Amino acid sequence: MSNGAEMSSPDTNTMSIIVTKGSLDWAYPPFILGTTAAAMGLEVTMFFTFYGLNLLMKDLKLQVSSLGNPAMKMPMMGMHMGMPNIVSAIPGVDAGATAMMKNLMKKKGIASVQDLRELAVEADVRMIACQMTMDMFEYGKEDMIEPLEIGGAATYIEVATQSHINLFI
Amino acid sequence: MADQVLDAKGLNCPLPILKAKKALKSMDGGQTLEILSTDPGSVADFAAFCRTTGNKLVEQSDTDGVWTYLIRKAG
Repeated sequence: MSNGAEMSSPDTNTMSIIVTKGSLDWAYPPFILGTTAAAMGLEVTMFFTFYGLNLLMKDLKLQVSSLGNPAMKMPMMGMHMGMPNIVSAIPGVDAGATAMMKNLMKKKGIASVQDLRELAVEADVRMIACQMTMDMFEYGKEDMIEPLEIGGAATYIEVATQSHINLFI
Repeated sequence: MADQVLDAKGLNCPLPILKAKKALKSMDGGQTLEILSTDPGSVADFAAFCRTTGNKLVEQSDTDGVWTYLIRKAG
């Protein structure tokens, strides 16, 4: 079987992603889309703001919580099981849920956020951190990965006007 | 026989595509890369990857849950 559809030389498509969340689960959509787009020849820019800044830390300590997360149902004992909020609120349960999710990912051969981030940097994905929220949360550039640009809303808007695809995650 | 073989068995999206891209980067145009994957999502993904990048999906087959792709690098 062969695939007949073939493009001779595609124009470079561009994509931008605003990354606003920093939990373990939400780290995946932006990095998977960003790295895959880059692998497919797109020029990608990722703009990290608010909790997305969490994903730029050199020391990545991402967590996931089932609190207030009614859609989270982990595969356990042959069923999908959710956890009542009152249980998720107990100290230590978030760490347990995080460990469970990480285990699931390892078992299924899913890349770690670390690896995906490294692949993004290797693929020349342009990483921009939001100046305003960095100041607000008092994060320093020295705590974050390199290379990293710092910019504001106008920086992002300029990128967006030139992007074929703009995503807000 | 393919010029290079990439064993991506046990890896899930997007790793098969990312690793294929990395392998193709170091190859010359016209060379072929054989990829083995256990990810059922890779079927649609590799077709899309080739359409978008101009690399040619020469052959695709599957046996016992392992998909084999033969891609020829463009250029």
